[in-house]
Amino acid sequence: MTQKMIRDVIRDTIDEEMARDDSLIMLGEDIVGGNGAPGGPEAIGGIWSTSTGLWAKYGADRVIDTPISEAAIIGAAAGAALTGKRAIAEIMFADFIGVCMDQIWNQIAKFRYMFGGKSRCPVVIRMPWGGGFNAAPQHSQSIHSFVTAMPGLKVVMPSTPADTKGLLTQAIRDDDPVIFLEHKALYGVKGEVPDGEYLIPFGHARQVTQGDDITVLATGMMVGFAEAAAAQLAEDGIGCDLLDLRTTSPLDEEAILDSVERTGRLLIVDEAPPRCSLATDLSALVSSKAFASLKSPIEMVTAPHSPVPFARELESAYLPSPERIVAAASKLMAYRRG
Amino acid sequence: MQLSREALLQAYRQMKTIRMFEERLHDEIALGEIAGFTHLYAGQEACAVGVCEHLGPKDYIISTHRGHGHCIAKGCDVLDMMKEIYGSTEGLCKGKGGSMHIADVNVGMLGANGIVGAGAPIAVGAGITAKSNGTVSIAFSGDGACNQGTTFEAMNMAVVLKLPVIFVFENNHYSEHTGEAYAVGAESMTTRAAAFGMKAIKANGIDFFSVYEAMRELIEYCTAGNGPASIELDCERFYGHFEGDPQRYRGEGELDRIREERDCLKTFRAKVTEAKLLKGGDLDAVDKEVADLIDRAVEEAKAAARPTANDVLEDVYISY
Ligand SMILES: Cc1ncc(C[n+]2csc(CCOP(=O)(O)OP(=O)(O)O)c2C)c(N)n1
Ligand SMILES: [Mg+2]
Repeated sequence: MTQKMIRDVIRDTIDEEMARDDSLIMLGEDIVGGNGAPGGPEAIGGIWSTSTGLWAKYGADRVIDTPISEAAIIGAAAGAALTGKRAIAEIMFADFIGVCMDQIWNQIAKFRYMFGGKSRCPVVIRMPWGGGFNAAPQHSQSIHSFVTAMPGLKVVMPSTPADTKGLLTQAIRDDDPVIFLEHKALYGVKGEVPDGEYLIPFGHARQVTQGDDITVLATGMMVGFAEAAAAQLAEDGIGCDLLDLRTTSPLDEEAILDSVERTGRLLIVDEAPPRCSLATDLSALVSSKAFASLKSPIEMVTAPHSPVPFARELESAYLPSPERIVAAASKLMAYRRG
Repeated sequence: MQLSREALLQAYRQMKTIRMFEERLHDEIALGEIAGFTHLYAGQEACAVGVCEHLGPKDYIISTHRGHGHCIAKGCDVLDMMKEIYGSTEGLCKGKGGSMHIADVNVGMLGANGIVGAGAPIAVGAGITAKSNGTVSIAFSGDGACNQGTTFEAMNMAVVLKLPVIFVFENNHYSEHTGEAYAVGAESMTTRAAAFGMKAIKANGIDFFSVYEAMRELIEYCTAGNGPASIELDCERFYGHFEGDPQRYRGEGELDRIREERDCLKTFRAKVTEAKLLKGGDLDAVDKEVADLIDRAVEEAKAAARPTANDVLEDVYISY
């Protein structure tokens, strides 16, 4: 085990996989930095420092700095992957998915199916996402709900350094396209990371806390918020069975249903807006498959149906908080039928 | 054409306002006063002002992530801009957008923009309105944004529709940390724009007069019904890509050199005083006036009303 920050785990994992597989390439804006500038290439190694040193080690044919052209970045990753490479494409902020949506949604996600199962498209699209930086409406969004809704994509959202390693390794070796969502607020989070080869198969939630009263489901930055809330609730004798979903497609239905069958209460915490979302999807799953176990209506703590506002006070009010999670949990516990 | 004394003073006032606005923000951001990402426009003032001094409220501009200069040049209220950057409800966008999204459609400023390359297509639409008004629509883009497919589509569509759109490419030689020499595959942005079938010229972006005269020609050309045009402005950005950028991609001594040799405000002062159009004292008086304005802007912004949780769902037309 080694203590590492998530940003370093990402770089080291890509490094290990590039060393292992010559066919792996990486593309993105400023992932080298300084190309064509007096300071020279590798001036930064990615604005998130998730590719520092990789250009020097693997060269410009494999670590490809691109112009600002998201559609071409994803299209190029797709074309390379269809023709025998494996590709990691970095979209600097998940919000920029708008610029390359066709390449993701109509192209990459559909190739295997549309081509009669005769092709593979091993692309990992890494996208830093989420709020907490006062980065305003176009640099703070949560996109997992709508990419999860797209057939043909796997969606991964790690929240710890160890999970980042296991899931990113799995994503890179996967033969199908994976949307890999890195929460911006978690890049600096440090934790134990297994040494050597480490893979986590998709579709397995991680049990964060155990409890018998409420099942709590969360992803990304919300996992930490829910953990803080669970600690506070534990002081009042309320036990939270907190699951970090880790992948939203495939989804670990079994773990969710098992937990709800035990606790009888469900609280979903989601950073995305509330309509047609991960939260409503999980709610639908549980109400259709574990209805009999429910002792109370399902509670959802989500962002509101609005863009992410800029000002500090506004963004704090916009994002779910541990306080709101505690309040929703208390409401669940207080519920009486009839 | 010779500009009047008033016009010269106004151009200088606008450039100086942008410069001092940005220099002050640089200091305030270092103190942790301001949230979010801020991209400063200092160094490029002659571009925004050389373009916008030709424009009225029915001419449209659309800007970029580096938008403060365009906003000021187009007539956005400086006090309200500062309040916006501080996130006040009294700000130009009520604290919802911040630095990267300052807009005032009432003065023809269609917004700074956080998405690189998003502006040019919107400028085409404003060009449809401009065509019916006899005005122009301006898309400000950088050397980085010029590589975005959206910009290509907008250029072609403006040509096809023969719209009075002017694509202004501010070439400050960097897109974030990457050099223009690497990312722009064409010989220049000008040859690229010309290949789309429009009139394409270059001007000196550190010389207000060069930009201003070139723009006069292009605006006449576009409003006469000849379709779109493009102009590439060679300029410099004096700060990092965003506040906090260590700027390791710069050359040895580059920042000192450009601030010494390629400062559009110094160039302007030298030109107008040498030609005896204005006296040093006239410009000093403007400096003082602008310094007072910026002090007042920051003071008022710090004291301005703060948003509350209730404001999150203001201006949302459907809420849940
Ligand atoms: C679609 C999109 N891609 C990438 C970015 C990140 N980004 C913001 S500014 C910028 C560089 C823009 O360079 P340029 O157009 O030259 O403008 P300058 O910063 O020099 O003013 C990049 C890559 C973005 N905001 N939007
Ligand atoms: Mg630039």
